[in-house]
Order: sequence, then structure tokens, then C-alpha cells
Amino acid sequence: MDFINQHPVLVVSLVKIAVLLFVVMTGLAYLTWFERKVVAHIQSRWGPYFVGAHGLLQPLADGLKFLFKEDMTPPASDKFVYILAPFLALALALTAIALIPFGPPSVRVLGQPVFVVANLDIGLLFLFAVTSMGVYGVALAGWSSNSKYPLLGGLRSSAQMVSYEVSLTLSVVGVLLIAGTLNFNDIISGQSGYYLGFIPRWHVIPQIIGFLCYITAAIAETNRIPFDLPEAETELVAGFHTEYSSFKFAMFFMAEYANMITVSCLATILFFGGWLSPFPDSWTWQLYLPGAGLILLGIYCLYDTIVSMRGIAKIQFAVVTMLCLGGGAISLIPQVASVIQGPFWFTTKVIFFLFFYVWTRGTLPRFRYDQLMNFGWKLLLPVSLANLVITAFVMILPSAARHG
Amino acid sequence: MVPFFLFFVCALLAVAGAIVLIVAWEPIHSALSLVLVMMALAVLYLLLGAEFIAAVQIIVYAGAVMVLFVFVIMLLNAGSEERTNWSKLAKVAGLPLAFFFLLAVAHFLSRSAVGANIANGAGAVSNAGVSTRALSVALFQQYLFPFEATSILILIALLGALILARKDE
Repeated sequence: MDFINQHPVLVVSLVKIAVLLFVVMTGLAYLTWFERKVVAHIQSRWGPYFVGAHGLLQPLADGLKFLFKEDMTPPASDKFVYILAPFLALALALTAIALIPFGPPSVRVLGQPVFVVANLDIGLLFLFAVTSMGVYGVALAGWSSNSKYPLLGGLRSSAQMVSYEVSLTLSVVGVLLIAGTLNFNDIISGQSGYYLGFIPRWHVIPQIIGFLCYITAAIAETNRIPFDLPEAETELVAGFHTEYSSFKFAMFFMAEYANMITVSCLATILFFGGWLSPFPDSWTWQLYLPGAGLILLGIYCLYDTIVSMRGIAKIQFAVVTMLCLGGGAISLIPQVASVIQGPFWFTTKVIFFLFFYVWTRGTLPRFRYDQLMNFGWKLLLPVSLANLVITAFVMILPSAARHG
Repeated sequence: MVPFFLFFVCALLAVAGAIVLIVAWEPIHSALSLVLVMMALAVLYLLLGAEFIAAVQIIVYAGAVMVLFVFVIMLLNAGSEERTNWSKLAKVAGLPLAFFFLLAVAHFLSRSAVGANIANGAGAVSNAGVSTRALSVALFQQYLFPFEATSILILIALLGALILARKDE
């Protein structure tokens, strides 16, 4: 106990990192399940269905499969860089998540905020610094495999990521001008309040063009359809990770999904008020929304368990039902409800963006490479630049008018 | 204690990266060690309390300039370097000159204010630092003209490179 009291920052940070890693890794695994399910339903299929009830154990099965596959290294590859690349990709992707505040800083344990690992003054800049390094994982993987398709994939990705990073950074500067800070918690707090008493003062309303630019550039940054040229399977086999097998391949996979989560979190923070609720404070019933939502989900699961589940799936889904109902009941306790408000809204918004990602994947065809470059440099960059200039102009107008 | 330890680790990494940069045969390995140097420098800036400079160092140098280096090396598919015969002059004069240079740097550092700060342990662990706001005020109000002049200079250099590299039509 003495040790904990003497080093609260160290102990709390370590616990936060461990919990966050666990949550993010589980989230990543179930994001694959979510993606497969949503895409399957878009295409009138069922998606994973046989491993566990509703395929809920599929991520676990996939992980085990990756672990037990033979790990091959191409003999002509550059060994050091070949092994470095997946580590770099995953480590950087996970580091970025440490900066994300999942809830208000007022919730504290031992004087330390609970919902963020590192609350930096230059949060946004640091996040961009970490994500801008992410391109090395992809580029080096492509180069070190010493094989044609991965090299092409690596080349494409470094060109694409450098081009779209410019638009990505420029599109959020408008938000920075309005917020006047680089700290995530301050950016979110600056979005509290309401237009006309009920429309939340989120940056997405004045910065709608910036938001559209951001989300487009972000999809390109994370190499997702319709910008997934680096791993276009019809052209490049599997792109930069063609030569990777077993868990090294899984690491690239996890890095991609972790990047999707980071980008969605950033969209939530910058444009959609982070952990702020969309409803005015006077609507006190919103305190019970998380609990009520979970209980509704539990009731649906109960119905599904009784009516359509058979054999072992019935037992598995019964467990899911119990978890939902139990979690819902706990969330209805007022003290718990007020603590989980922030994370609840944050997660809801992030899940919405992740759904958007999957939705685009299920809907849009892939760009051609020249279209991709034209789009990035000749449309996205000028539009985000114009947005920045207009925002700056509008910001300076009142003081300019005062001074004549 | 921790900043002091970090300083030595990063300083060592920077020097090691710089040495590997010169010694490595593969151009990509050289580029990667240059990235390492940039990162280590960024941590040193952080230790000096210059958060903004540290972040910009990573974003611009490690994240953009070096990515372009790696891109060009990959695009040209440059093989491992060929070595010339070592220059005889470098063999004879190199080590003494390097030693002399180090001595000179150490001498002037020890006499300057920065050196005194480092000796007192103040420079390496100053928490005061320079806030992003203070930096931008200095850059865009106090030194606005030199700043803009520099950016125009860079633009001219960029256009010059473009014109020189363009094929005649």
C-alpha cells in the first residue's frame, strides 16, 4: 500500500495501460467480427455463424489459428527489417490510443484521471507524430520482403499516406483555430453548450467541410476501401504483407484495425464532442440510457436464446444474455451510471464511425491509382486549404472590424 | 533521475544511429538509422521542455522527409553501395581532426550558458519549457518578416528544383 501511495502516477498509469491494452485488443478482435457480420448482411449473407453463437467465438478461433500457423521468412528477405516492420506497425498503432481521453478528466482515482493514459498539452500534435510514423511499418514490410508485389504495395502506400497526410492535418487545423488548444480534454470541453438549447455545440457544425475532408483523408490514411490500393488483392495479391505469415501477418491486421479505432476516436474528439452527451444536462433520464440499452439488448438475446439457439450455442448465448442483463442492471445504479456516462457516449460515437468504415467498405468500389492521386492533390487538398483560410478569416473578422 | 537516464540513452542512440548511418551498406538501413537519430533528437527536445519542437521534429523529419527518402530509395531499387578505396588523407588526418572537433565543441559548450545549465542539471530537466502559444507569438508577431521571408526562400528553392528537373518539351 505504501508503494501505491508514494507512486500514484506510476501505479495508476501501469494499471490504465494494462486495462486499455486488454480492452483495445478485445475490441480489435471483435471489430473483425463486426466487420464480417455487417459486410455479410450488406451482401445478403449470414457471416460467421458456426464458431460460438452468432459466430461470437470466431475472433478467438482466428487468433489461435494465426498462432499455430507456420511462420515463414522468405530466404532473400532483409531479416532485421522484415521482423521490425510488423512490430513497428502494431506498436505505433497502439501507442496512439494512449492519448485518447475516453471520459471526463473529473473522474479520478488516487488523484489521477481514470479515462486517459497520457493527457498531453500537445496531444493532437503528438498523435499526428505517432501516426505519421505508421507508414514505415507498411513501406518497410514491402521493401524487406524482397518480392515484386509487396514492393509495389509498399511504394503505393508510402506515396498515398504522405499525400493524404497533408489533407488530414490541414482539415483539422480549422478545429484547432476554433478550440485554440492542442489538448484533447480542452478541445472536448470547448464543445459543451448548445445552440437553441438543444443542438450540441460540436465542431462538426461550423467545420462540416473540414469533417468531410478529415473522414475522407482518414480512410485513405488507414488504407481502407475505397483507398486500399496498397493491398488491392486483384492487382497485388495481398500488397505489402504478401510474404508475411502466421502472427506477423496478424500484427499487420491488428495494426490496421487499431488505426481505424484511433482515427474514429479522433473524429469523435475533434468534431463530435468526445465524451459529451448530445442531450442537454436538464434531460436527466439520459443517465439511464446505457443501462436501458444493455437491458434491451439482453431481452433480445433472451428471446434469441429461447427461440432460435440449439445445443451448445444455447448455453453460450445464455451467458451473453446474463452478461447483458447483469451489466444493464449495474449500469442503472445512479453512481455507476454517472461515472460511465462519458465512456458510454464516447464508445457509441466511435462505434458509429467504425460502422461507417465498414459501410463504405461494403458499398464503394476501389479507386484507380491515378484517380487516387488526382483526388488527393487536386480536390481534397485545395478544399481543406480553402476551409482553413475561410475559418481563419471568419475568426479574425470581429477583431478586424473592431480595429477598423 | 529518469530524465538524466533518458538523456544518456537517447544521446547514445543518436550517436549510434549516426555511426550506423555512415557505416551501413544498404541505403535503406542508412535511412532507417537517420530516422532513429531524428527520434532520439526529438526525445532530447522533449527533455529540454520544447514539446512543440519535439512533435514537429517527428512529424516533419521522421514522418515526412525520411518517408520520402525511403520512398525514393525503394522506387529506384538502389542496391547496396559500392565502396571506394579509403582515402589516405582521411586515414591519417581523420581521427585527430574528429578528436580536435569534439574538444572544440566541449570547450565552447562548457563556457556557454547552455553548458552551465547542463552542468547544474537545470537545462536537461527544465519543466518550464516553451509553450506552443509563446512560440507562435514569437514566430508570427515578433519575427513575422524573417519567418515569411524564409518561407518565400524555400518556395523559390522548390520552384528552382522543379524547373531544373523538368524535361524540355
